Amino acid sequence: MIAGMLVGATVAFLLFAIALVYRAVVGPTMQDRVIAVNAIGTNTVVILALVAVIAGEQMYLDVALVYALLNFLLSIAISKFAVERGGVI
Amino acid sequence: MTPLEVVTAVLLVGGAFFGFVAVVGVLRLPDLYSRAHATSKSDTLGVLLTLIAVSIVFDAQLATVKALLLAVFLFVTNPTAAHAIARSAYDQGIAPIIGGRR
Repeated sequence: MIAGMLVGATVAFLLFAIALVYRAVVGPTMQDRVIAVNAIGTNTVVILALVAVIAGEQMYLDVALVYALLNFLLSIAISKFAVERGGVI
Repeated sequence: MTPLEVVTAVLLVGGAFFGFVAVVGVLRLPDLYSRAHATSKSDTLGVLLTLIAVSIVFDAQLATVKALLLAVFLFVTNPTAAHAIARSAYDQGIAPIIGGRR
């Protein structure tokens, strides 16, 4: 029961990440794309944590933690870069 | 079902629901700032609920602490990142939609 719900939540977050690719491709400004990519990264962290439960591998949680750190670093670095260099990226 | 399984199921369904709300907001809202609002609030709540469900399913191992740490970290950094991006957009002169007009 719970195992099936975990798989269902994983598939749901995977579909949400795929749907967010539309905004990352279309988004009129550069910041729209960055926000969409940031949301895709957050969904990926959740997918990694759910896969850690489903497969019983605790090591995937470390991967998810590092992925969350890099995701945050990407957003901060791109926003800083856009302000200081006039938004060309 | 034990009560803990009921709590886990409710948390998983709530997390998937708020993730869906965030996706609909990012795809459908008209403005960069409203999209940032959708992703920074709804997505954070969905992620938080799902990670708490994950930490309940790992019962009382080291992985429980790791999942809760991940939840706290995302709870702090996800709105901060959205705020930084929205502020960089405002500094570049991208105007928000106020009252239906740009």
